[in-house]
Amino acid sequence: MKEEKDFALVLRELSKLYENGFQALSGINLEVESGDFFALLGPNGAGKSTTIGIICSLIRKTGGVVKIFGRDTDINFSSAKKLIGIVPQEFNFNQFEKPIDILVTQAGYYGISRSVALKRAKKYLTLLGLWDKRGVSSRVLSGGMKRRLMIARALVHNPKLLILDEPTAGVDIELRRSMWEFLQDINEAGTTIILTTHYLEEAENLCRNVAIINHGRIEQHTSVKSLVRQLQVQTFSLDIKDKLPQVPVVGGYQIRKVDDHVIEVDVLRNQTINPLIAGLSDQSIEVVSMSHKTNRLEELFLKIIEKNESK
Amino acid sequence: MNRYEIWIAFMTIVIREVRRFLRIWPQTIIPPVVTMALFFLIFGNVIGSRIGFMQGLPYSQFVAPGLIMLSVITNSYGNVVSSFYGSKFQRNIEELLVSPTPNIIILSGYIVGGMARGLLVGLIVSLVSLFFTDFSVFSPLIALAIILMTSMMFSVAGFLNAIYANSFDDISVIPNFVLTPLVYLGGVFYSTSLLSEFWANVSLINPILYMVNTFRFGFSGVTDIDIFWAFTMVTLFTLVLFLISLKLLRDSPRLRT
Repeated sequence: MKEEKDFALVLRELSKLYENGFQALSGINLEVESGDFFALLGPNGAGKSTTIGIICSLIRKTGGVVKIFGRDTDINFSSAKKLIGIVPQEFNFNQFEKPIDILVTQAGYYGISRSVALKRAKKYLTLLGLWDKRGVSSRVLSGGMKRRLMIARALVHNPKLLILDEPTAGVDIELRRSMWEFLQDINEAGTTIILTTHYLEEAENLCRNVAIINHGRIEQHTSVKSLVRQLQVQTFSLDIKDKLPQVPVVGGYQIRKVDDHVIEVDVLRNQTINPLIAGLSDQSIEVVSMSHKTNRLEELFLKIIEKNESK
Repeated sequence: MNRYEIWIAFMTIVIREVRRFLRIWPQTIIPPVVTMALFFLIFGNVIGSRIGFMQGLPYSQFVAPGLIMLSVITNSYGNVVSSFYGSKFQRNIEELLVSPTPNIIILSGYIVGGMARGLLVGLIVSLVSLFFTDFSVFSPLIALAIILMTSMMFSVAGFLNAIYANSFDDISVIPNFVLTPLVYLGGVFYSTSLLSEFWANVSLINPILYMVNTFRFGFSGVTDIDIFWAFTMVTLFTLVLFLISLKLLRDSPRLRT
């Protein structure tokens, strides 16, 4: 059986009651294994950022325990904090400083000497494509560059646990993909990663385990694979070559007409799609292309939230 | 963190603070020096020559220590309040709050940063004053000790103001409506012996009176108040403000919700 020190993060009965009476967290229990790539999902106001704020000590908890690699943040405050790197949702660096200075200063706060900090700053700024910008004022960097700068800053003290709060919010697709690759690389190198995201595709592509949080409670805590397995129905969108006079009928499939050239088909998990294509061919309907209509995880996520709210 | 790491963290804050005020030297160094030069010109030379002597000193010599102290107080206070509040406003204070740097080191780093600016401006103002007046130093030890302690005290006070501040207005209220009147009424330009007994007694509750007089004593050996009492009071004020700041750094909802 695993001990608490084997987990990167352990939350026990974590609660937060704000002074205005808002109960942001109601006794959260969560375990994140060392080396994991973990997603914390939830709608706005669910308690994701409050949880992260408490873990990195920017928000004071009203109850419960936080342990980072077995170190209680109330008891081993300093050594627990050394193990965490945080990338917040909003830019929170001094916009008038240069990227290189931001990293070296941040390293200094962790007791890392300037000579070592300079080497690490060069390493992470290079990896994140910012080395050429090391000497410019940070306020002139683009939004994507600023976000990468915050990731470099969070890594400069070599944390064992990296926490990212909506890291790719507002980032274009190309940059998002390159950030995913970077995060996968550092995860493979041994850094445990926890991220919150609204892009559920992100969680599906990157993460091994996931927790869904809503109204300050953990609704589901499972692997991404097992979450996806819960999907009973997948929806496919089919582009049809010729104009459809009416909705085609194929036995065993729910088909809806979207427009004269597009239909949507619900396919159960235990069904294959070969009979569907054959049935359409028999009716002289030629399928030009086929795609998933929705993000499957997103659909499931909404179902879980709705199901728990209706209880 | 071990001692070496704590030392690095402390020096990181100090160096960052010093770099900050040196980077914006046209805002932080030049204006107070120009203002004090004007004070010396007007009160020391133009008006001072007509006033004659005060406490047995030529007026320009009498006013010089007070003006140096005035620049040290306002710049020590101003550096910490604007830097810490600026970090709160830009939220880059979170860089420090999430780090393992102990609160006492964060506070000490800001204080030393504030002292560095206050003392640098004080040194430049002292050099400028030599163009307008001559003065000897009666007790360098007392002058140095009181200027260091005053600078420290007002750096802590600036930190306290910055924690409470919610807007840029909040960081100018105390300097404009509390600090400046206290400094001007703290015996920089006159001796309390000129006041009626009632107002002389009222002046005794102004802590800046003790600092200015002690500093002046360091230069001229002349004072209106008890030097030992002045040092005791500055020490106590600094200690109380330091402990309050430390507590707020740990508990204040203005830093950690």
